[in-house]
Amino acid sequence: MASPIEQFQIKPIIPVINFTNSSLFMIGAAAVIVGGLLLATRKRAVVPGRAQSVAEVLHDFVANTLVDATGREGMKFFPLVFSLFMFVLTANLLGMIPGFFTVTSHIIVTFALAMLVIGTVVVYGFVKHGTHFLGLFVPSGVPGWLLPFIVVIELISFLSRPISLSLRLFANMLAGHIALKVFAGFVVSLLAAGGALTILAPLPLLMAVALMALEFLVAALQAYVFTVLTCIYLNDALHPGH
Amino acid sequence: MADPQERNGENERKTSGADDADLSARLKSLDARISQASVHRAESEPRARQTSNSTALGQAFRLSAEFVAGVAAGGILGWLVDRFLGISPWGLIVCLILGFCAGMLNLMRASGVVKPSRYDEKR
Repeated sequence: MASPIEQFQIKPIIPVINFTNSSLFMIGAAAVIVGGLLLATRKRAVVPGRAQSVAEVLHDFVANTLVDATGREGMKFFPLVFSLFMFVLTANLLGMIPGFFTVTSHIIVTFALAMLVIGTVVVYGFVKHGTHFLGLFVPSGVPGWLLPFIVVIELISFLSRPISLSLRLFANMLAGHIALKVFAGFVVSLLAAGGALTILAPLPLLMAVALMALEFLVAALQAYVFTVLTCIYLNDALHPGH
Repeated sequence: MADPQERNGENERKTSGADDADLSARLKSLDARISQASVHRAESEPRARQTSNSTALGQAFRLSAEFVAGVAAGGILGWLVDRFLGISPWGLIVCLILGFCAGMLNLMRASGVVKPSRYDEKR
């Protein structure tokens, strides 16, 4: 039986330039997004067809999420947020195809995405608000002797944001794919065991089917959660502390 | 498409059939509704943060990630402090404890026990 974590192995495809299966699927996700959106918006009809309305729904969905979290002025971050949402969603969903590599199941990928978000927040916060941005770490109404501790705790809490943002997406994808592989593995080993155990083989198969549905839900949900948290962090950059 | 007002005017001037008048009336009411909706959208302030917690599994992952991230961030900060200030165990010890505090704070914010952020407090 294949090991459940063998699916996460990174294999070089073109060793000379370090082009791996991970790179291939990242480029694949980007190509699917660009190609799909170009194809969907090719006609630019006033009354959208099926593909075009999917593209419009995606656009409106992300735009609404962003405006709800950050207000009207947050729309200047729309290209970033939409790209992140589409990339995470497409990478997650591509990973659901059997035999495909899941890019977001590697913490370095999700951490890079999270650092992109936090980097944007920090740079924009300092450029826009200067030192006033540091007010994010100083809550109001705290007694003086407690303030140094609170500031350090708030600082660590802020530093933990990219970690929790990346950890959540990574852990969900990793755990889901391992669970799926383990239950699928049970089917094979029960069939191979022979005798009475063979009769039990369809049970883990049913479980694998149910898990597959759950994984599709998780794939879409985690892309959404990543986007919502991105919007919330961008809101801190736009309106720090007041 | 250049100027919707002008087009409406043209349609009214023609008045050749009931269709045109009907169409221009509908266009006008649509314009009014669109502008109303966009004004409503522009006025709506950013709402309190809400993240989707629809599945128990998702919630468990979310909360555990928040806590672990706090401790990990404290640990990394402490290790860096030790490395650059050369006060070997103390930076890690203090920052790890503060990291636990930050993790708890993250946890309480994520589960909505305390107010999520200062921005919401002020409003």
